[in-house]
Amino acid sequence: MIKVSNLNKSFDKLHVLKGIDEEISQGEVVVVIGPSGSGKSTFLRCLNLLEHPTGGEIVFEGISITDEKNDINNQRAKMGMVFQQFNLFPHMTVLGNITISPMKVKGLTKVEAEKIAFKLLKIVGLYDKADSYPSQLSGGQKQRIAIARALAMEPEVMLFDEPTSSLDPEMVGEVLDVMKKLASEGMTMVVVTHEMGFAKEVGDRVLFMDDGVIVEQGTPKELFENPKHPRTQDFLSKIL
Amino acid sequence: MDILITSITNSIELFIKYHRYYLRGTGITLLVSFFGVFLGVFFGLLLALMNLSKNKILKGISRSYINFIRGTPLLVQVFIVYLGLPLVGFGFMPDLWLVIIAVSFNSSAYVAEIVRGGIQSIEKGQTEAARSLGMTQRMAMRYIIIPQALKNILPALGNEFIILIKESAIISVVGIHDLMYQTDTIRGISYRPFSPLVFAAIIYFIITFSLSRLLNVFERRLRAGDQSI
Repeated sequence: MIKVSNLNKSFDKLHVLKGIDEEISQGEVVVVIGPSGSGKSTFLRCLNLLEHPTGGEIVFEGISITDEKNDINNQRAKMGMVFQQFNLFPHMTVLGNITISPMKVKGLTKVEAEKIAFKLLKIVGLYDKADSYPSQLSGGQKQRIAIARALAMEPEVMLFDEPTSSLDPEMVGEVLDVMKKLASEGMTMVVVTHEMGFAKEVGDRVLFMDDGVIVEQGTPKELFENPKHPRTQDFLSKIL
Repeated sequence: MDILITSITNSIELFIKYHRYYLRGTGITLLVSFFGVFLGVFFGLLLALMNLSKNKILKGISRSYINFIRGTPLLVQVFIVYLGLPLVGFGFMPDLWLVIIAVSFNSSAYVAEIVRGGIQSIEKGQTEAARSLGMTQRMAMRYIIIPQALKNILPALGNEFIILIKESAIISVVGIHDLMYQTDTIRGISYRPFSPLVFAAIIYFIITFSLSRLLNVFERRLRAGDQSI
């Protein structure tokens, strides 16, 4: 579904991604772990071109999205993204947040968009919050709305950029539960996270990144129980 | 004491006698200010978007324009537009239009800077979220960034409106019959150099003060919408 070859990204003199090759298949849950500054968020943000790679190619459903002639908006509409800081639109109600893009980008009517929105609000367990503003919600609720907002575009793949990192500990569970539900329904997911429990339980594949490269990857069982690379061993020994 | 009372009564009599002049002048001042602000915001928004665009030429035009307007007196600008536009084929325009154009050109530069600040104060994450949902840059601006920015800059914008109403007194120098011009007329025909000015000041104050009250109410209502923090 997504094929990444020799992906490079530099910010001025800082070389953040140093040649990444990776392929993500339909229905797969790929979890990216690694120390901070290892480039894992940048890698994720390159997948929908929020960061423009300085080298290499990304192909999504057979279309090279790094090609200059490609209109990325077509692919972004099929790639949902969830941010660490939620980034809900504060001037709109929850319902407005969820329906704006299906209406403006896909041209759905208000009735159609709201039908989808209420279905999703039920799934994330916030049906009664449709008319609330983001400022009236807790962190966990905000993130669940952000997930619903991304799902309203009926994406083929969901990208999660440290979705639980800015949450209070007691709210992490409710967000992870929604993500688990999504995974069990066969959604293709790429998740950058520090939640090793989630990686073990839900991940089909875990990538360990350090210093701009994928150092090691494997099933959660392989990677967590039998890491081969010294840097992976070192990282896991610090956090587990 | 008696002198004071006599002079106040005389002044009030003067005001009653010439109130039509004041009324007409106030009408013109309000008209010029209203259209000046309206067009100023429109052009200001345009300039701000040009200024923030990636296109170097658009950015350059907008920056030079803003710098020129902010670096020259309104008095000079009014004369340049009033005498200059007819020279380049706009002679058909009524005088009133010419000064409205001059005033709104001036205001647009200040509004542009206010809007630019407002847009830049919105977190980058808002644009990213909008773009990640497939919105174009234009949609993200229109539905996500500008509505939030406008709300944030409302106090500064209100301030700009008030300044514009006061500054519009300058148009009297090219013979537009605004409040200031009419005041001068009254001073001439009544041989009273001072008290007409006091009434003019009171009228200007009433306009600007009520406007600032009105903006306060409007602002509070906007804030009530999001009940934030």
